[in-house]
Amino acid sequence: MTDVHTKALSLTGRDAYQALSARRWIVLLMLVVGVCIALVGDLSTGPASYSLGDVVRTLVLPAKADAQMRVIVWSIRMPSALMGVVVGMALAIGGAQMQTILNNPLASPFTLGISAGASFGAALALAFGVALIPVAGDYIVAANAFVVAMATAFLIHLASLRRGASIQMIVLLGIALVFSFNTALAITQYFAAEQAVAAIVFWTMGSLTKATWPKLAITAIVVGVTLPVFLRRRWQLTALRLGEARAASFGIPVRRLRLETLILVSLLSAIPVAFVGTIGFIGLVGPHIARMMVGEDQRFLLPASALTGALIMSSSSILTKILVPGAVLPIGIVTSAIGLPVFLYLILRSGRDIW
Amino acid sequence: MLSTHHLGASFGSRQVLRDVTLPPCHGGEVVAVIGPNAAGKSTLFRRLAAILPGPGECRLEGVRDPDRAVAYMPQDQTASAVLTVFESVLLARKQVSGWRLEKSDLMAVDQALAALDMSDLANEILSELSGGQRQLVGLAQCLVREPQVLLLDEPTSALDMHRQLEAMRQVRRLAHDDGMLVLIALHHLDLALKFADKVAILYDGTLHDFGTAAGVLTPENLAATFRIRARVESCSQGKPHLIVDDAI
Repeated sequence: MTDVHTKALSLTGRDAYQALSARRWIVLLMLVVGVCIALVGDLSTGPASYSLGDVVRTLVLPAKADAQMRVIVWSIRMPSALMGVVVGMALAIGGAQMQTILNNPLASPFTLGISAGASFGAALALAFGVALIPVAGDYIVAANAFVVAMATAFLIHLASLRRGASIQMIVLLGIALVFSFNTALAITQYFAAEQAVAAIVFWTMGSLTKATWPKLAITAIVVGVTLPVFLRRRWQLTALRLGEARAASFGIPVRRLRLETLILVSLLSAIPVAFVGTIGFIGLVGPHIARMMVGEDQRFLLPASALTGALIMSSSSILTKILVPGAVLPIGIVTSAIGLPVFLYLILRSGRDIW
Repeated sequence: MLSTHHLGASFGSRQVLRDVTLPPCHGGEVVAVIGPNAAGKSTLFRRLAAILPGPGECRLEGVRDPDRAVAYMPQDQTASAVLTVFESVLLARKQVSGWRLEKSDLMAVDQALAALDMSDLANEILSELSGGQRQLVGLAQCLVREPQVLLLDEPTSALDMHRQLEAMRQVRRLAHDDGMLVLIALHHLDLALKFADKVAILYDGTLHDFGTAAGVLTPENLAATFRIRARVESCSQGKPHLIVDDAI
């Protein structure tokens, strides 16, 4: 009797888990569909508005489409629309992993000063032509943003290695870094020429309009390389969320895993910011929404974060084009406007859960 | 067989573990590690689990795979992760099996949960569990890895009386029936007396005494290390019990 009872119970655990996994696959599938719809929507909006059906026809059968529409959809809108998707993915994956390695739900490239660092680096190039990597050439702004963003990420990592470094301390350090870079940025703007100031301001607001195929390719490669690496280490990375002590007790080399992940996260955060400017809150909000939908298991959390980030970016991109008729708002403003309330909600929802 | 030679550890300039050499411990034994607060119990476990660096040497002989032979359950079982109990036990399992999820992994999780009589908790969220339930999850995370050496750092401190006895009985079964070596830090000396084959007393970072429970839990040892006046006496049923008279 006991055996039968135990067997029934043990089946429940396994079956329930498999049912849960099936539900999560469905969520992922729905997100994929959502991203596709948002992408087509993004391609159809702009100064000239097309119906979704026309856009889909142009995408599927470009040869048969109207020439002007083909150029607008494929050559003008496609790079920035795809850039939105890829940047959203990169920022959300970066945010998810930053929250994982620091075991802190408030961590993200934006809240820890990595984006602010990138802005400052870019401003140095825009204002004074200072190149932190001498051979950067046309990519001087992006290269500067990348270097400072990476340096910031390593600073945070070094601080987290200190004995007795708490999660609160890291968050406070991030806030201090945001303020420091913002001050440095203000000083740079003060001494910069008027034209350069305008360029800096526009850059810090983030925009997809300057997306090109090469920039898109680089960003896509970064996502394409890092995501499989993370997925390969999914069990170790998920275990980090049980706390350092428990992860270490599983035999996970916690420090090395953190450092290697941070290097990839820095790439994921710095590259998009370097190309499209500061885009806030995707890295924070994307993973949170994903976590609410599919939980903490990285097999689901990573793709879900990436897709949620892409969905928010594509939807925001549509909003930038329709909110003010005849103008394209910088996308960073829209993502911040969406993200900030969510961020506040996360803080206020439960004081204990947040840390 | 686990043999240790002059294990030590220090935090900054403070030495918390000094020259600890346990007599060889063999599979099939339950070894309780007892001692007052800050005696170095947790530090010893972390040295044995090779998480903490330090002087001395800890050797495992006659194990299949030294990397996977040891499962260590730390004292701290807090977690804010959005994981179900089933998932978090599966997570522990996947650290030692391949990265692809196999059916055998899911079966092993079910078995570990059933062994601790906690199958009904499988779908609960980890962060919403009580302290005692989290300790059971921690135990299940160790069992599911099918180790040969089990290092448990106060695994029963938050459990109720029934769960404590059940968990200890399970631990003893693993040792006696499955040939596992279990080292377990315990605060309740009664549990050590009832379930342990050997007892090690740590005091101020050093090994104070080691031997059978009856041989180690003497009034002198208890006075010197725990600062209590206590004795082991047989009850009316002939079983040994610890009687604590007073603090010293």
